Amino acid sequence: METLAISTLLEAIYDRTGLDFREYASASLTRRIRMRMEAEQVGGVAALQERALRDPDCLERLLESFSITTTAMFRDPGFFREFRARVAPLLRTYPFRRIWQVGCSTGEEVFSMAILLQEEGLQERTRIYATDFNKAVLEKAKAGIFPLAKMKAYTENYLKAGGRGAFSDYYTARYGAARFDPALVRNVLFARHNLATDASFNDFHAILCRNVMIYFNRELQDRVHRLLHESLIRLGVLGLGDKESLALTPHESCYEPLNSHQKLFRRMR
Amino acid sequence: MRFDLVVIGASRGGLAACRTLLSGVPRDFPAPVVLVQHRLEDEDSPLAALLQQDCALPVVEPRDKEALLPGKVFLAPPGYHLLVDGPCFALSVDEPVHYSRPSIDVLFESAAASHGEAVLALLLTGDSVDGTAGLATVKQHGGFTVVQDPATAEAPAMPESGVAAGVADQVLKLDEMARTFRSWGSGGT
Repeated sequence: METLAISTLLEAIYDRTGLDFREYASASLTRRIRMRMEAEQVGGVAALQERALRDPDCLERLLESFSITTTAMFRDPGFFREFRARVAPLLRTYPFRRIWQVGCSTGEEVFSMAILLQEEGLQERTRIYATDFNKAVLEKAKAGIFPLAKMKAYTENYLKAGGRGAFSDYYTARYGAARFDPALVRNVLFARHNLATDASFNDFHAILCRNVMIYFNRELQDRVHRLLHESLIRLGVLGLGDKESLALTPHESCYEPLNSHQKLFRRMR
Repeated sequence: MRFDLVVIGASRGGLAACRTLLSGVPRDFPAPVVLVQHRLEDEDSPLAALLQQDCALPVVEPRDKEALLPGKVFLAPPGYHLLVDGPCFALSVDEPVHYSRPSIDVLFESAAASHGEAVLALLLTGDSVDGTAGLATVKQHGGFTVVQDPATAEAPAMPESGVAAGVADQVLKLDEMARTFRSWGSGGT
């Protein structure tokens, strides 16, 4: 039975690396494992496990495939528009602010937030903690170099998100790449953090955790919600992905929506 | 025939085709209906409202982990893959498949893995090859596959791809599919 073979594989990965995928949502993970089986040309999950445990490169490729790196600058522009309109004024009431961007991947969302904060005059006294469990993507995030071909779409997103400047002022184009101004992220701390296994490490005025928990099963989602709740100050703001919901989580009653259509919630208790 | 889950994939020409098809789904249809229509990543898309016009059941974009229950048509939201994960939906922002997110293959393959022979999969009009691999997986797991008659499709390439790959149990016109759906309600025979 494939389900059993997959849970055996995930146990083996956990034993070997300490990385815990055992509570990931099975449908997406199964698809990734199947794609790895095809790419590695092995006949089954057990064979994939055997190779991964024998061949560190194969294991590395498998782990790489478990890391979701899809991201874009100002993805869901409406979210950033609302953040600017509703959350920026709240942040302004604190002398010093901490924001946690969970699962920051290759950094597109971090640079988006940094631009927004700068335009709102909030950059100086705001520290962003940008975390991911994948070390390789954090290195990319720090570099802030994104494909030039994407800048057209990102510029549109930026404008829809209520951007106040000229988007092209934030990057230098060279050799098909857009290198974003490193000064944008001078108050950003990039660090490894694994939601499945690591604890809360600070308290925050705002936490963005968008489209990260969709990859987790219900139990892990509940645990992560507890972690995020612990990590938010009272009246702090939680931002989720467009199709994510607090409904049916144990912490539903702790939050009030900041607005009706974007996923911004305020911790009330 | 009795199915616990109906999955539908459509691309170009899909809006008109899906409206015809969904007009046949009776209010007491016994299975959840899940639809991937290729679409742009647009927050303000009116697609659900347009599909609602001829459909007796509510057309909704499911949230992550929403229960998979009869009584609704579930439309894959823009910018996400929609997967069936046992008793509920799962969403993902994995890379596009055949340049599409949502992708038909991703829905069909997850439905097959999770619901096996209880799956009915329908592949409609489109210019893509998305859906063909998904139909093959549905068949492998004992489900039933129907492809729109390419001659009647606004964009025949996608259904032709399914037929050419030999993964269609049946090739039907839209009104024939709609009639079959109607017969599964209590008003039918």
